[in-house]
Amino acid sequence: MPLLAAPLCLLVYERRLAWGISLGLSLAALAIAALLLQRTLAEGVISYELGGWSAHWGIEYRVDVVNAFVMLVVTTIASVVLLYARQSVPGELYLGRIPLFYAMYMLCLGGLLGVTITGDVFNLFVFMEISALSSYTLIALSQERRALTAAYQYLIMGTIGATFLLIGIGLMYIMTGTLNMRDLAAALPAVTGTRTIQTAFAFIVVGVSIKVALVPLHLWLPNAYAYAPSAVTAFIASTATKVAFYVLLRFLFTLFGAGFAFGNMLLGGIFLALGLLAVFTGSTAAIFQENVKRMLAYSSVAQIGFMILGVSFATTTGVGAALLHLFNHAIMKAALFLALGCVYYRLGTVNITDMRGLGRDMPWTMTAFVIGGLSLVGMPLTVGFISKWYLVLGALEQGWWPVAAAVLLASLLTLVYIWRVVDVVWLKVPATQRQPRVTEAPPGMLLPLWVLIFANLYFGTHTTLSAGVAMQAADWLLGGGG
Amino acid sequence: MNALTALQLAFWSPLTGALLIVAARRHAAVRDAISLATAVTLFGSLLLLATAVFAGARPTLMLLEPLTGLTLQLTPEPLGMLFALLSSSLWIITTLYSFGYMGAHLTHGLTRFYACFALSLWAATGMALSGNLLTLFVFYELLTLATWPLVTHAGTPEAHRSGRLYLGMLLGTSISLLLLAIIWTWQLAGTLDFVEGGFLQGSASPVMLGMLLVLYVFGIGKAALMPFHRWLPAAMVAPTPVSALLHAVAVVKGGVFFILKVALYVFGIDTLTQLWSRQWLLYAAGLSILLASLVALRQDNLKLRLAYSTISQLGYIVAGTLLATSAGIVGSAMHMVTHAFGKITLFFCAGVILLAANKADISQMRGLGRSMPFTMAAFLVATLSVIGVPPGGGTWSKWFLVAGTLQADQLLLLAVLLAGSLLTALYLLPIPMRGFFSRPDVPLNIADHKVPPACLLAIGLACLGSVVLFFQADALYRIARLLLPGGAHAG
Repeated sequence: MPLLAAPLCLLVYERRLAWGISLGLSLAALAIAALLLQRTLAEGVISYELGGWSAHWGIEYRVDVVNAFVMLVVTTIASVVLLYARQSVPGELYLGRIPLFYAMYMLCLGGLLGVTITGDVFNLFVFMEISALSSYTLIALSQERRALTAAYQYLIMGTIGATFLLIGIGLMYIMTGTLNMRDLAAALPAVTGTRTIQTAFAFIVVGVSIKVALVPLHLWLPNAYAYAPSAVTAFIASTATKVAFYVLLRFLFTLFGAGFAFGNMLLGGIFLALGLLAVFTGSTAAIFQENVKRMLAYSSVAQIGFMILGVSFATTTGVGAALLHLFNHAIMKAALFLALGCVYYRLGTVNITDMRGLGRDMPWTMTAFVIGGLSLVGMPLTVGFISKWYLVLGALEQGWWPVAAAVLLASLLTLVYIWRVVDVVWLKVPATQRQPRVTEAPPGMLLPLWVLIFANLYFGTHTTLSAGVAMQAADWLLGGGG
Repeated sequence: MNALTALQLAFWSPLTGALLIVAARRHAAVRDAISLATAVTLFGSLLLLATAVFAGARPTLMLLEPLTGLTLQLTPEPLGMLFALLSSSLWIITTLYSFGYMGAHLTHGLTRFYACFALSLWAATGMALSGNLLTLFVFYELLTLATWPLVTHAGTPEAHRSGRLYLGMLLGTSISLLLLAIIWTWQLAGTLDFVEGGFLQGSASPVMLGMLLVLYVFGIGKAALMPFHRWLPAAMVAPTPVSALLHAVAVVKGGVFFILKVALYVFGIDTLTQLWSRQWLLYAAGLSILLASLVALRQDNLKLRLAYSTISQLGYIVAGTLLATSAGIVGSAMHMVTHAFGKITLFFCAGVILLAANKADISQMRGLGRSMPFTMAAFLVATLSVIGVPPGGGTWSKWFLVAGTLQADQLLLLAVLLAGSLLTALYLLPIPMRGFFSRPDVPLNIADHKVPPACLLAIGLACLGSVVLFFQADALYRIARLLLPGGAHAG
């Protein structure tokens, strides 16, 4: 459906109308995702054969708890960010390109949803490329000149990732003769001993890891996030890597099976090491950033590390914690990027030195930033705490208490870089009086921001939806359901 | 009014007060009135609640259930009531003091000051009444966050630096050690609810439980056990009422309260005695007592000296708890109260001296007793209480702590406690002595009557508290007895 909306936006080519169409459609997608999740929770799997071809030849869409959950995250963020985009986008884009922006946005959303919903690996690749190509465009649309190089960098890295993925899928097709996930899952165990499948596995894991931005394959991410328009950053940061992460889970658990991935291929150890590396390098790099958006981008690298850590446990609690963090991180990072978007909207910059004393001028925005930041640190009563709780619990269940301690130590690094901003914003006074005086962001931008902040607090205290579903989804993945 | 209503009122009144203070920011008089009214309401409702709780009632208030089986809930018990009554009664006195002090000394950001004060007290009350570890942890963190704006209140670069250290150290220890300990506890026992006699016995090997105890004792950074004490001297940059109520009472006593709670209701005294790490932690506490006293001797800034003295006295409470004997526990609980009254008086006096004489260094306070006899007399009484000699309430708490070391056959620790008291006398007594018996280097043009009367009233009340605790120690002792297994009957 969002795919249909994209050309429509281009055809209309009128700013407000394009926005209306996009918003309407993403809200509809949100409603559908919510319904789907409700049904999968009740019934298990829903399958739909596209174009009436039977599953083995045609493209099958399959929805279970896992992807319904991810779809809900993606559509929620997409809708909230769109609400925000109406006012933020004109400040950061050339006016004539705005309908193009909405078209690309819808295309990206469509691609991401396609990736999540499909039951066919080649189809998955196609949708992944749709979303990736449109996100390159979205980043390049920014008025910042450096966004072009950032988008180019992303393009190169992303294409390498996609190629790897395609090679892997090709190899699997050679060995099994099918592209349907369910058939693959059934056929793969017979041939897992072969070198071809092992190579396919390696290609797929590396390819998807680029998309996930797992250290050391994260280099595209900081620039892309830092120079893209705020709405785009908020959207991509909380959806694109998350969907790629979902793909990783899907391949690992549904297709190859946990036994093969973690038993034969020793992925547990590799992911554990890389996850820890990501957490510490990402957080440390974040501490030294001047540009706050870049800082949050590095923080995303670290947060992805947390999710990979969760996966490396290969237990219900671990994978559940990863999925839960996927949800939680999406809402807290989106909130933080939206807050920065407000700052950029009024100030025209997000350098930390220029943000001195901003707390007085933009109290609502900066209060939101503090709450979002505390959530990122993992303060109790926020979503971040719940993620950390499960992650540490997962590590302790394995008896890996150094890992548990490392997770908590990494939270301290988070505290350092978040509090650096809070310190400057609330305690310092600006070096010179700003001309003209900076005022609070318009309500149209504050409202979506506070919706997300409220979500941060709500899901930090009422976790039946997020944690409950995440745990169920993890159970489903590990149980080999699909 | 029944106990549950009193609990509701006690819990919500400081938070409501904070919001009202912000709402009344344009009217200074109304705002100040609200501050005082909130403090009185809190104390009153806690008194009502306390009578029920001491009689054996355990009302429970469920706040939230963030995770299945894991709740935020309030279940007051005697120790919590003791801590809550302590901090709320001293809050009333501190509010009086603040009217005089802040009015004369600092003028900017008073609304933020009073609002954060009320929020801090809300967090402290939440800690006191908490029914499980998670609730206690949540309010512990809130207390750190709510006091941070108070520490950085002055807005100077030094205040910012101290604020960073304060926040970094308290959040650092609590996230990396304490949270780990709590999640570990949850994983071992599957519950976090406080149970009389503890709930960890037999859930893991004594070696593991010993590790867990180390995590708890050091993770609770607010107890300022060395080497995690640096935040407390740093916090002295805050205005004096903050140092007095928060950094001699609510925050630090919150820390030792947490340790007492863990010892009594998570491990249980019987389990505690079997842990290998207890002996080492006792030594750590002893070292903390001695080292902090020695550092205090070398401080010329009065507030810094008092801060190090607090670290040393907190070591007494931690040690008493870890002794895990009946006298040790009783002594710890009593010292929590008596030291609070003594130390708050000392800080009040330090603030008044700064205000009226503009002196922060001890070396300049010669002969001050001649011109400020009332202040210096109060300082003397409080000093005696902190040292542990009559007519100060500290006499009795130290009495029981010493008895505790004898009960547990910890003769080395006994020596440390006595040496600590001696050192306390060495670093505190010279101040009033020189104040009264030395001649000032330069003639001092100050007098008690230049001090705002509200401050003098507060000093008088706090000092009176110390003396009353000496003569009427029985009530306190009976409450402390309630903490012991079967104490409800024996008391």
